[in-house]
Formats: sequence, C-alpha cells, structure tokens
Amino acid sequence: MTQVDTVPAPGAAPAQRPGPVRRPGSVRVLWLLVVVAVLAALLAASVAVGSRAVGWSEILAALGGSQETIGEAAVTKRIPRTVLAAVVGAALGLSGAVMQGVTRNPLADPGVLGINMGASLAVVVGLAWLGLSSATAIVWTAILGAALAAVFVYAVGSLGRGGPTPLKLALAGTATSAALVSFVTAVALPRGDIAESIQSWEIGGVGGASFRGLGSVAPFLVVGFAVSLLSARALNSLALGDELAAGLGERVVLARGVAALGSVLLCGAATAIAGPIGFVGLVVPHVCRLLVGVDHRWLLPFTALTGACLLIASDVLGRIVARPDEIDVGIITALIGAPFFIYIVRRQKVREL
Amino acid sequence: MSATHRLAAEGLTLAYGERAVIEDLDLAVPHGRITAIVGANACGKSTLLRSMSRLLAPRGGQVVLDGRSVHRLPAKELARTLGLLPQSPIAPEGITVADLVGRGRHPHQGMFSRWKREDDVAVAAALEATQTTELAERAVDELSGGQRQRVWIAMALAQQTDVLLLDEPTTFLDVSHQIEVLDLLTDLNRTRGTTVVMVLHDLNMAARYADHLVALAGGRVHAAGAPDHVLTEETVRAVFGLECRVVVDPTSGRPLMLPIGRHHMTAPAEALAAGEPIS
Amino acid sequence: MTAVVTPPPSSVDAVARYRVRRAARRRLVITVLAVLVVVVFAASLMIGRTFYPPGDVIRVVLGQEVPGATFTVGRLRLPRAVLAVVAGLSFGLAGVTFQTMLRNALASPDVIGITSGAGAAAVFAIVFLGWSGTAVSVTAILAALGVALVMYGLAFTDGVVGTRLILIGIGIAAMGRSVTSYVLSEAGAWDFAEALRWLTGSLNGSTWEATVPALVALVVLAPVLLALTRQLSALQLGDDTASALGIRVDRTRVLAIVAAVGLLAFATAACGPIAFVSFLAGPIAARIVGPNGSLLVPAALVGALLVLVADLVGQFALGSRFPVGVVTGVLGAPYLIYLIVRTNRAGGSL
Repeated sequence: MTQVDTVPAPGAAPAQRPGPVRRPGSVRVLWLLVVVAVLAALLAASVAVGSRAVGWSEILAALGGSQETIGEAAVTKRIPRTVLAAVVGAALGLSGAVMQGVTRNPLADPGVLGINMGASLAVVVGLAWLGLSSATAIVWTAILGAALAAVFVYAVGSLGRGGPTPLKLALAGTATSAALVSFVTAVALPRGDIAESIQSWEIGGVGGASFRGLGSVAPFLVVGFAVSLLSARALNSLALGDELAAGLGERVVLARGVAALGSVLLCGAATAIAGPIGFVGLVVPHVCRLLVGVDHRWLLPFTALTGACLLIASDVLGRIVARPDEIDVGIITALIGAPFFIYIVRRQKVREL
Repeated sequence: MSATHRLAAEGLTLAYGERAVIEDLDLAVPHGRITAIVGANACGKSTLLRSMSRLLAPRGGQVVLDGRSVHRLPAKELARTLGLLPQSPIAPEGITVADLVGRGRHPHQGMFSRWKREDDVAVAAALEATQTTELAERAVDELSGGQRQRVWIAMALAQQTDVLLLDEPTTFLDVSHQIEVLDLLTDLNRTRGTTVVMVLHDLNMAARYADHLVALAGGRVHAAGAPDHVLTEETVRAVFGLECRVVVDPTSGRPLMLPIGRHHMTAPAEALAAGEPIS
Repeated sequence: MTAVVTPPPSSVDAVARYRVRRAARRRLVITVLAVLVVVVFAASLMIGRTFYPPGDVIRVVLGQEVPGATFTVGRLRLPRAVLAVVAGLSFGLAGVTFQTMLRNALASPDVIGITSGAGAAAVFAIVFLGWSGTAVSVTAILAALGVALVMYGLAFTDGVVGTRLILIGIGIAAMGRSVTSYVLSEAGAWDFAEALRWLTGSLNGSTWEATVPALVALVVLAPVLLALTRQLSALQLGDDTASALGIRVDRTRVLAIVAAVGLLAFATAACGPIAFVSFLAGPIAARIVGPNGSLLVPAALVGALLVLVADLVGQFALGSRFPVGVVTGVLGAPYLIYLIVRTNRAGGSL
C-alpha cells in the first residue's frame, strides 16, 4: 500500500526498469561455459561410476548399444538413470527459481513448501484406492496433487498481517508436509502390495529409471519448461513488488498464476517419476543468483542447468559413498540442502522473516 | 519508610563485543528521588540502565548497591531491593492482570513455599496504587497501551523494591497516558519514598518530572544535577547537537526546551541562537 | 490520585479469592485428566483380541497366575500401556517446557528437530553399531543434546529466539529425518513396521527392557522440571523481566534444556519419535486450563492421554493396525495447520 507513491508518474519512462545487479555479459557467458562443461563431465561420470567398476572400453561399447558383458549391461542401465537425474534436477531447479520469484520468498522450494509431498500423496491415494495403473494417469494425479498442495500452502501462508512472509510460508509448508507424510503412511500401510514401495513416495530416488517412464512425463515437462522460461520477464517485474509491477503494466495476478502453473507442472512431473526430492529448488537458485545476478532471463535457464548438475552429482555421490549399496538421491539432497537452508535463514534479517 | 540505599556506578565501562558504549562512567543515584537519564539515540542510556540492574556485566568498574557490587549479590536478594521494568516486556498470551502482577512476588517466595497472605496484600496494594484493581481478571492482551503500562508497573510494585529502574516507560504512549504514568511514578516516590531511575526520551518530560537529571554524551556523564542546572542551551547543544532556547515552563516552573530548526522561525535562527528574546 | 500504601482488606480479599478460584480450577482440571489417564490405561489392559475383565487384570498386575491373561496382559499389554504413559508424560512435559521457555508454541522439540535428532541417533546405534538398551538411550540423549546445543549456538548467539530458531529447527529436523531414512534403507533385513517405529514412533513390541530406562528417566528428571515451574513462568515475561525478578536466566535455561532433552531422548529411544505429541500437549493443555497457572503437569497428562488413546485407536478402531505415531501424525498435523491459520489471522505470535 505504501508503495503507491513510488509508482512512476505516467510521464516517466517505464522501459528503464531499475536494473537488478547487472553482470557484464562476458561474465555470464563465461559462467555458462563453465556450467555446461561441468554438466558434461558429470554426465560422463554418472555413466562411468557406479557400484560396479567398469572399464572405459566397456562403457564405450555399451554406449554403442552392446550389452554383452555384465559391465556393459550395468552401464546400459545407468544411461536412463543419468538422463532422468538430469531432467528431474533441471525441473526442480527451475521450479524452485520460479517459485522464489512468484512468492518473492528466499525459502520457497517445492520440498520446503510441501508441494512434492502433495504430489506423492495424490499418487499413493490413486494407487491404493482408485486403482491407477497407466503412467499418464499417475502423472496427471501427481500434478493435481502438487497444484492442490501449492494453493493450500500459499493460502495458509498468506493469511493475516504482512502476507506470505518466509516464516509463515515455510511453517505452512512444513506443517502440510508433515501432515501429508502421515497420510501417505496411513493410506499405504494397510495395502501390503504397495506398502513395500512406500519409501519411494516418502524419499525420492532415480534408481529405477527407464526411458518409458520418462517418455510418459515428457509432454508435461516440455510444457512446464516452456511456460516457466517464458515467465522470466514477468518475474523481473514482480520482483519489484506487486504495486510497482502493476505500475509497469504487468497484469500481476495473471502473470503470477501462469508462472506458478509452470512451476507446479515441473515439480509435479518430477515427483511423479522420481518421488519427492527436496532442497534442489532451494539451493540452486541461490547459487545461480551469485553467478549471474537476479535477471530472470539469465537466471532461469541457469537454474535448470545447475539443477541438473546438482542432482547428477548427488546421485553419483550416493552411489560412491555407500558402495556396494546406494543412497537415494533424496537423502543426499536433504543432507546438502538443509544446512544451506539454515545458512539462508541465518543470513536473512530478522524483520524479513 | 524505606531503608536508605546507595546505588552508584563507579568507573563503569560497558561494551557490546569490541565496541565500548559507556566508558569510565561515575554516577551516584540520589536516594529517595526521581532520576531521569537523557541523551541522544544510541548514547548508551538503556545500556547503562541494564547494567545497573545487572542484566549486562561491566567490562570494567562496577555498579554498587549499598557498598556491594550488584553483579556479586545473590539474584533474589538484589531483586528484593531493586526492580526493573524493561522497555518492551513480554506478556504471555492470555495471561490475566492479577496473574501477571502476582509474578512480581517471585523474589519473595522460596522454591516450594506456598502463597501467603502478605503476597495477596502486596498484589492488592500494587493494583490499588496503579488503579488497575478493576482490571484484575482481564487478559493483558485486551488492555489499551496505557492500561498495559500501568499493569507492568504494578508488577514491578508487587516486587516491593525500594529502588525502581524503568527503561523508557512512556514510549508508545500518547501524551495523556505519558502524564498518567509519570504522575503515578511521582506518587510512588512521594508516598513510599521509592527511588526511581528512568531513561526518558523526552527532555521536557524529564525536566518536569525528575529531581535529578543526568545527561549522557559520548559514553560519559556530560552534566548531572537539578534540571534547572542541567537543562541549558549549552548542554542541549553539546549532547544533542541542537540549537534551542530554554525558557521557564509557566505550568511547572521547570525549564522548558524549545528547539530551533531551519523552518517556522519567527526570528532568524542565528538571532534566536544568540539568545535574543522571543516575541 | 493518591497511591495507597496499605490496601483496603476488601481488595486483598478479592485478590485472594480470585487466586483461590484459579487454583481450584487448575486442580479440578488436573484431577480430571489424571482420572482419564488411569481409566484409559486400565481400558488398554482389558481391551484387545481377547477381552479380560477388570478382576483378571488386577490379579495379573498383583502378580497372580491367571491362565492366558498372565501372558497377554502381563507380558504384552502391561509394558505397552506403561510405555505409552511414560512416553506421553515425557513428551508432553518436555514439549511444554520448550514452548514455555521459548515463548512459542511452534518451538516444540519435534518441530525444531530435537526429537528427530534423537531418533536418528538411536536407529544409527541399533543398525550400524548393533547396540541395544541403555547404550541406545545414551546415544540418543547425546545426539539430542548436540542438536539442542547447535540450535542454541546458531539461534541464541544472534540474540533472537523466535522465528529464526524455528526455521533453523525445521532445517535440522529435515536432516534428522533424512539420516533416519538412510539408515533404514541400509537395514535391508528390517520389515516396514519396524522401520516405521523410527520414522513416526510405535509401541508395537514394547518390552520391559525398553520401558524401564524411560521410566527411570521420568522419575529422575520430571521433578527437576517441576521444581523449575516458577522460574519457567518468569521466563515467559522475557529474559530481562525474569532477570529483574531474581531468576538466574542462563542457569534455569540450561537446566531446563538438559532435563527436557533427557526426557525426550529416553522416551524416543524406547518407542521412536511419536509424531507431534510434544507439540500438541501444551496448546491443548492451555485450552483446557485457561490462564490459570503453570501448564507443566496438565500438559504431561494430556501427552499421556494422547499416546494412550492414539494407540488404542491405531490398534483397534481402524480396519488394520496402525502404529501410534501415524495416528498422532494424522491428528497433529492438521492441528498445527489450524494453529498457524488462527495465529496468522490474529496477527500475533504463537
């Protein structure tokens, strides 16, 4: 309300937006090259490294389609897994960046806000009570669950004074998340047949990846990526506050709704194939802002690339640390992400919480 | 009716981390009088008050009550002599006035001792003195700002201390409630002989209600004494960096400070600052 | 206005009457709660696949031989019901201690990660180190104290107790849960029901060996907290006011944290972190008691009642058997959301 006075007069040139931290283009391009190189290295590592040690000749043979030795078969199984980790990581990173932009909240993340858990619960209910079986139906259910959870958490978190402050949103998300976990357990427990796989709906992983599973969510991911990336300009306006964004000619409610839809599509689809994976969407945007600044036109593609890097790296780490077993990638991201969350909380000024 | 207490700071140095706020400060609080501490923002007046009530340990020097350092006195013993009302005390949700005031009895109760008649008498007296008896069963959350401040003072009164320290007791109150609270403190001082030490923002209120005015600047006492002697144009210039005129308040006979700004002056500021008569 | 030095007797009497009325109300609530705990405790000994009349149950408890009942009641139901009461009292008491001390209903040990830290350490000691009994309890208590210390360091040094502490706790709780999940995923031989004990808390398979350490901890530590009742009430007024009232703030806080964490850790080592009991007990007790004095005893009783009732519901009221933590989780999380909604509406602090 108080910002009304600061809306530029009609005569002022709205095109000259107060520039967010401007980075020289060369720095951004440099970082882009670095991130792409890191991603390529991680992709290679993810295919090469696993609980079974394999030689380079076998890897090359497997990439060529051969499955003659056990080593080659193992590598063949790692390929879809790597692709899945890259896609899910990109989706979660981008989803988190859009969510932080839409809510103007540094703690927003599909995991922290309970949105991934909403997708999980919807899928478990669908499996246990509605007899869902087709992959497409599961994705639709997951996205519906994610959307419902997002709307619910945002509604609870924005009640009262000060609108959706980081504290209120994080609390609403945590509470909702806890409630949803209890419901997931309660729904799945009496069903012995799906109770065995219940853990994959509480902790996300990319271990059981296949190209067929990936194919069923591809359309959702494509739409989600497109909508989210196209929201960049609107998010730049929204970053200045609703009043100012409206003053700049942005249709605030519409812009926010579209961006949120893109974000929910991405994290719902990611949860549908990999289960709930937290903190990727929290960590990645913060790191990327340090690298390329706060202009969403650069930030959003960067978060997708960096998200892919983070999730592949976490997955590889989970395979190395616990040899000959594996640690689910959802556990690794929580162990990396939670301290980062604490760091952000400590850095924030109190009155902004 | 109360024993004579001597409260003083001797060579007191106070610091937050590396930054010294108060340095080598000496201050004697006159017994049975009202002392007001004034000074510019962040000059250390609240810090000084916190240290006098042992909330902040000194870096150097000491705060002495009747010849003993307050930081070495047993906590409860000190709390029976010296009470403190912090700037923004916290009322738990839903607590009633009587309950809150009753908590002031803590230093007079042993770990397992039961509530005694004298506790009820102290609470009733505190409620009467602050005119909050009618509010006793109300929730503190529901009260107005002025009522709430009187309830907090009632809690400090139930503590039955001879010395009462208050950190900006009139902040957030409108002018009539400010007068109400300061009148109440004056009553306590006159009828019970309670020694009152308070940090005040408003120089004119301080000059009107204090018997003893302490002006802090740069972590030291710049001037201390009767308001007539302390509230002068020179002191205000030195302590606040503000030009002003000091006249005699026609309602109280105490000094009244009139600031000189850059606007709305009937005469040129230089002339006023030079002490030419107004009007 | 003239200040009154000696108040009129009538107003002293009014103050005394009001105080007595409040104390009576508090005593009534405590009595009713205690009776309810005893009744549900007795019921949980009688109810089951086979119903045993009160006479049989009493004879078993007194040590007499009753065919069938001696095993079912004496070996299965009695340790389970006793653990339910002990864990409920411990969680309730520890939870309300934290909530009172930090002046915030959300600052309960299960929201700020202390319980999940204890649970993660306990399951780690069991799975990876092959420990059992007291060693597990000690590991749990050390981990919980560690978490409390980290929280203290991270949040208190900033001079801010409220929101920052809670958010940091949310982060720590997430780490504790993921460690637990990792340990469970490593313990391949375990069945799902056993895993749930460490994720949400369960009383299934309670034994005397698990119950006794928690009982001893309760007997030792509960009096410590009860002796701190007045100090904790004063801390509610803020550190400065409490200090001015003659409270040694730091000493009180350290003592209360150690005692509360001890209660939590021993109970958690016995039955897992039963979801939301320590969070729920305090606010529910506050609703029942009203502004009539300390909540420590009522909250402990509410905690015991919650665990007993939730365990009965989980065992018998629903088609299949649910561990107690799933029931309290399903009940507790919506209440947490309700509390957030209510507080956000009012615009106050929790």
